[in-house]
Amino acid sequence: MEWIQYAISNIDVLITRTLEHIALVGLAVGIATLTGVPIGIAITKNERLAKNVLYLASIIVTIPSIALFGIMIPVLSIIGHGIGYVPAVIAVLLYSQLPIIRNTYTAINNVDPALREAARGIGMSQNQRLQKVEIPLAIPIIMAGVRTAVVLNIGVMAIAAYIGAGGLGTFISRGISQSDPRQLVLGAIAVSLLAVIVDYALLYLQKRLTPKGMTTLPAAD
Amino acid sequence: MIRLENLTKVFDTPKGAVVAADHINMEVPSGEICILLGPSGCGKTTTLKMINRIIRPTSGKVFIDNQDTTSLDTQTLRRNIGYVIQQIGLFPNMTIEENITIVPRLLGWNAKKYKERARELMHMIALEPDAFLKRYPSELSGGQQQRIGVARALAADPPVMLMDEPFGAIDPINRAVIQDEFIKMQKELKKTIMFVSHDIDEAIKMGDRIAIFRDGHLVQYATPDELLAAPQDNFVESFLGEDRALKRLNLIKVQDVINSEVETVTQQDSMETALSRIDRSGYQHAIIMVNEQRQPTGIIPRSVAQVSKGRCHDHAQQVPAIVNINDDLRKAVSLMLANDITWLPCVDDNNQLCGHITQRAMTHHLGARFRAQSGNTAPTAPLTEE
Repeated sequence: MEWIQYAISNIDVLITRTLEHIALVGLAVGIATLTGVPIGIAITKNERLAKNVLYLASIIVTIPSIALFGIMIPVLSIIGHGIGYVPAVIAVLLYSQLPIIRNTYTAINNVDPALREAARGIGMSQNQRLQKVEIPLAIPIIMAGVRTAVVLNIGVMAIAAYIGAGGLGTFISRGISQSDPRQLVLGAIAVSLLAVIVDYALLYLQKRLTPKGMTTLPAAD
Repeated sequence: MIRLENLTKVFDTPKGAVVAADHINMEVPSGEICILLGPSGCGKTTTLKMINRIIRPTSGKVFIDNQDTTSLDTQTLRRNIGYVIQQIGLFPNMTIEENITIVPRLLGWNAKKYKERARELMHMIALEPDAFLKRYPSELSGGQQQRIGVARALAADPPVMLMDEPFGAIDPINRAVIQDEFIKMQKELKKTIMFVSHDIDEAIKMGDRIAIFRDGHLVQYATPDELLAAPQDNFVESFLGEDRALKRLNLIKVQDVINSEVETVTQQDSMETALSRIDRSGYQHAIIMVNEQRQPTGIIPRSVAQVSKGRCHDHAQQVPAIVNINDDLRKAVSLMLANDITWLPCVDDNNQLCGHITQRAMTHHLGARFRAQSGNTAPTAPLTEE
């Protein structure tokens, strides 16, 4: 239990790195949401395009994070950011696309055809249907995608410490290189705890964002 | 008024072109309900959905109040047509108020006006505004949800409504209630309505006219009574069912068949008077006894009058059954069967005697239509020939 003492005596460093970790993942997934949701909605209009986009996003997720960082070093070196937080944020941004795009696409596509027909029959334009009906109904599933992206990438961001991105991964990388089990264990536990806590926080947010009428149990038909 | 001119839909399927609706020509006069009826795949729903362009017509035109709708943009067209579907399609993320005011809001009404309209609509569909407006669709029963669905379609007071099996998913008891409410509402609103159904009884109950579809063709378009009395061909006849003559009972009111020349006795008349009136009028069974307001209070059976003396009051028997002149023949027949009698006294809403109705008169009335048809034994139906 030496790692606890270590954590207590280095509490300020622990807090800084935790905040750093949250900021990096938050920034990356935030941007990913802003791009992924519109892409997910756009591809519902074209089945072939949807297949290709989802295929590409799946391929990206299969690239190991270490390899992705390696690929980005020479590319980003051109603008002087071969290592550091920039490649880390880009990697997380790319990894987040699959869960966010896929969930958005599925959610919009799965809106009850009867609701879609009712909305059309009432005389709503395509944008009005999206804004007033389809997106509000899709929010719980889109949010689930965002949650998956965040939890997945809290882990990825820990590895990004190897390219100097900062965050809680720094404890782990130093623990290994300095053969210091206290830092290693602290880093590992902190990353896991962060993932669990953030997941719950986002679940709460998801419930808050879900339209009110959808939280009550549907009447039996 | 809705008029369809050569409305046609051809679907391209992997197996080739399928003609879902073939040159449909028909007109629904203003304020009437027209039921589109037929087996599944007959083209009735396709025809309905071409009117608000949920399905795009391959060719042909739709006129609403003499205006060719081809020139209207799709959203304007749809906002002026009330649309009710079987699955109801209330938006679960919106309150009842938001659901029923959606068209007025799309049309840019101000908040005061559409909130007032929401309350008005709730009264119309017999749901308490304060109890329901702030609730969500998932908290309502199926029947309540469909009432809201109808209210939503009526919100902007469109002259025309399209209803696609609107009451099909509701249990039979609630369905009958909602149908009755809707008929009552329609009497005041006088919308021009196209209504898809596959239920012949619903069609007879709701429709001012019925259009029978088969294989994309309009086979017969007539009033329910005409349809039941004179089906165009074997298909229509079998679709209407073997008991179609019985179904007509629903459509005819007692006052159409009533014999208003009815002899009566009063409570003070003697039994001799009763017997002489029975014999004079040729009544087989009995004579009705009335009070000062001409309300039936009893009957004097012939057999009793023949053997008894004294005042009618002391010998009268209870009236076995009475029918109102506004009831339909179905109820009259039912009362006759239930009481084992062949005639019924008929009263108006003040319970005053207006006449009587006999089994013979009913059979004669119904038979008149069939006799008129029997001269023309081979009705032609060129549209349905394959």
